[in-house]
Amino acid sequence: MAVASRPPALRRTRPGSKTGDLPRKIGASSIMWLLVVVYAVPALWFVMSSFKPAGDLFSYPLTFYPKHPTVAGYTQAWTQFDFASYFLNTLIVATAATLLTIVVSAATGYALAKYSNWWLKAFAVCILATTMLPSETILAPLFLVVRNLGLYNNLAGIVVPAVITATGTFMFRQFFVTVPNDLLEAARIDGSGELSTFVRIMLPLARPIIMTLAIFSFQWRWNDYLWPLIILNDPKQFTLQIGVASIVGAQNVNWSILLGASVLSMVPLVAIYLIFQKYVMNADLNAGLKD
Amino acid sequence: MVDSVRQPAAEPRSVPADGEEVRAKPRLWPRKRHNRYTGAPLLMISVNLLLFLLFFIWPAAIGLGYSFTSYTGVGSAPFVGLDNYQRLLNDPAFYSAMLRTVIYTGSIVPLSFVTSLGIAYLLVSPYTRGKPVARVVFFFPWLISPIIAGVIWRWLFGENFGLVNYIITELGGKAVPWQSNANLSLIVVIIAATWAGTAFNMLLFVAALKNVPISYYEAADLDGANAWQKFRRITLPAIAPTSFIVVLLSTLHTMKEYGLIVALNAGGPGTANNLIVQYIYTTGFKRAQIGYASAASFVLLLILMIIAFVQLMFNRRKGS
Repeated sequence: MAVASRPPALRRTRPGSKTGDLPRKIGASSIMWLLVVVYAVPALWFVMSSFKPAGDLFSYPLTFYPKHPTVAGYTQAWTQFDFASYFLNTLIVATAATLLTIVVSAATGYALAKYSNWWLKAFAVCILATTMLPSETILAPLFLVVRNLGLYNNLAGIVVPAVITATGTFMFRQFFVTVPNDLLEAARIDGSGELSTFVRIMLPLARPIIMTLAIFSFQWRWNDYLWPLIILNDPKQFTLQIGVASIVGAQNVNWSILLGASVLSMVPLVAIYLIFQKYVMNADLNAGLKD
Repeated sequence: MVDSVRQPAAEPRSVPADGEEVRAKPRLWPRKRHNRYTGAPLLMISVNLLLFLLFFIWPAAIGLGYSFTSYTGVGSAPFVGLDNYQRLLNDPAFYSAMLRTVIYTGSIVPLSFVTSLGIAYLLVSPYTRGKPVARVVFFFPWLISPIIAGVIWRWLFGENFGLVNYIITELGGKAVPWQSNANLSLIVVIIAATWAGTAFNMLLFVAALKNVPISYYEAADLDGANAWQKFRRITLPAIAPTSFIVVLLSTLHTMKEYGLIVALNAGGPGTANNLIVQYIYTTGFKRAQIGYASAASFVLLLILMIIAFVQLMFNRRKGS
């Protein structure tokens, strides 16, 4: 019984790990690795090209490895565009939005999981509806609202509307549902207030969910394009995606700069992912405490 | 002490002490004991509630209002009745954007479903080797923004300089007009979007596949079921809820694609591959026809609602 009640994520061994099915192992592995190559080539080719000098980019025959490796594209992108402030702006937006999203989503998710009032159920439906009706469907009026709130051409105009997220809220709700109510009852018996139970007991338990949502939210905001494009007008406020898109939108695309700028803009996210990989890849939302 | 169990000191309670009575009545669903709190949950949802009212209800309300006017973002908003909607229904650009969006979504959702389920299946299969590395590679596109993904595929499928055309010409073929042919450029966008969208769906499928009880497979093994039978009769039904989520989310996500296309070919050639969000953006923000764009937004909203509703109904019927 003890084994059966362990979270499914811990069960790694499947019946097939017996010996004697070598052909199937070879077959399945080769299909998978073929797909790995297909998925890796576009990005690899792109990164490799970014190290070629501008003159070599279009000279046939094309080679996979740069013949004369250089970082000229990167330095040009950095100096010709205001990349330092693009980075800073994007970092501000992504960090602020992520922190707010976690706090707000955790509180809402907890309320939806541990209390039952009719208006909470109604609000859960409202939150779900925001997935079905994304902000793209109310783009123009949403812009007017944000402008009327005085947030036009302000980084806060990107952060604040992005804080409400159904995904985050329901990630927390699913998790807190799996936390035994006994824990909550025990805290109540000990005289802990509802809010302090949430902050001191429940929130620390939700650490894996917090990490997962942090990475998700950071990625969403880091890669956002349309909404920042609408809200920001001053080039000083531009985020990375707008910066890169402005290079793409030019009459004659300067590929050397574009390749360098694109790779640069990906670096922080890739670094964060490599560090916190396990929180994304093991995002098994049922692996909480089970009663 | 007993009293303090039933009556936590700090909390306001709407129904005092008679919890037992409530439970004694026959109810449609069992009522939990922890339902007597109002203040704490209200406080916990307050920020989200405020944001919901501010950034969903308010814009939806004024958007509906503006869709009956010829508002341009400044000055007065003259009421024009259903004029915007009538113009919209007679606008060939709107129909073409809608049609392209439907083709685009209709291709990507099945394609992405199959590839991400297939990859997830390989990633939890006991027969594959090197899973940790493969997982990272498959997941990598998730990190890449739609803009950069568009640039990557634009670089790969450039007509005069791309790797794909280079290989085709090296093999003796003719350069393919990936950018100047409307259908071919849509195909490139579809491939790019599938590549970029696999990772997230794959993650959902991996979690679902891991949760299928092993005992089912063991029983099937004893009965001599083959791999396809096990997949068809055990795996697919077991992951049905996840499949539903994947289809729903990728439909909604694909319907509002914007950044990828802007970077890949700007909806080109010309305006041939302008999708619906691009249409709304162009009319609303480039031509400042806020009223008209609001009307277009509401049509999109209606379509998304219908799609979500149909899928929910379909799912419910299948479940029962």
